[in-house]
Amino acid sequence: MDVTSKGIEFIQKLDEFAGIKRKFIVRREDASTSEDYGKIPYERSIKELLRFGIINLDKPPGPTSHEVVAWIKKLLNLRRAGHGGTLEPL
Amino acid sequence: MLSSKEYVAVMQLHREVPEDKLRKVIKEFVGRIYQKPPVRSSVKKSLRIKTIFDIEVLEIDYPFVLMRIHCEHGTYVRKLIHDIGEILGVGAHMRELRRIRTGPFKEDSTLRTMHELSEALYIYRELGDESKLKEVILPMEYGISHLPKVVILDGAVEAITHGADLAVPGIAMLHEGIRRGDTVAILTLKGELVAIGQALRATEEIIQMNKGIVVKTKRVLMPRGVYPRMWKRKGR
Repeated sequence: MDVTSKGIEFIQKLDEFAGIKRKFIVRREDASTSEDYGKIPYERSIKELLRFGIINLDKPPGPTSHEVVAWIKKLLNLRRAGHGGTLEPL
Repeated sequence: MLSSKEYVAVMQLHREVPEDKLRKVIKEFVGRIYQKPPVRSSVKKSLRIKTIFDIEVLEIDYPFVLMRIHCEHGTYVRKLIHDIGEILGVGAHMRELRRIRTGPFKEDSTLRTMHELSEALYIYRELGDESKLKEVILPMEYGISHLPKVVILDGAVEAITHGADLAVPGIAMLHEGIRRGDTVAILTLKGELVAIGQALRATEEIIQMNKGIVVKTKRVLMPRGVYPRMWKRKGR
């Protein structure tokens, strides 16, 4: 399978993951992407995933989101990390 | 994450109320409600309007009521339950809360505990096997998977990473049903997230156009220099 088909398949996988049922309207039937740069997201190395990745984490009750993010940063040796939602304030 | 959330919560009633009254009052909280953030909160404590999309009563076992709540981001469920108690006239408070969905993320096969992360990391670092860690860390594109998508041509990518807005000729395909003002994800044909943008035109308008800016770039996620620079410099 060529890289364009793989890419479009990945985009459809994202829609399926989120339960999106919208159709795509194709503006350029001839569109294709080059193998020479960029890569399909699931082909990223661990190093790349650590920069451009996300974890669906089951936060343990008790510690705050900020504390959990701090642990994960330390665990993974990251300079930058964030979280996408707070259940309860500090 | 400015997306809707889903919770399962346990409400504890301070006195028993008839079930039909309970269900009726809960139903009244579906829709647009006024909510004042609680004293211990991380936002300004002024009255806000929040949308409750749905509340489903899963189980009643007095004094406990188990509910599934689907609401707008920034809704305080603890306050919502307190307010339901007030309207019921008996008082109530939240005993337990678990978020079951935020944006596209559900309690599904991608959900990982801290233990699983630490284990996968150990296997990667000590045994050199990266397969487990790759299952734990998802490509960031999953985080925007719930957004409507605009897929662009290779030639348009680098300009967007420099902050340019997206013009019609750069679009390869796009989701149907995008409205003006919607937050959209701008992806390459490989599925890589380039930026988050705001649609200036609806899908139906965009497909009728041949030129013009249609998505305003709001936040660039892809670093510069991944794709080649295709635009011409002026004055050369």
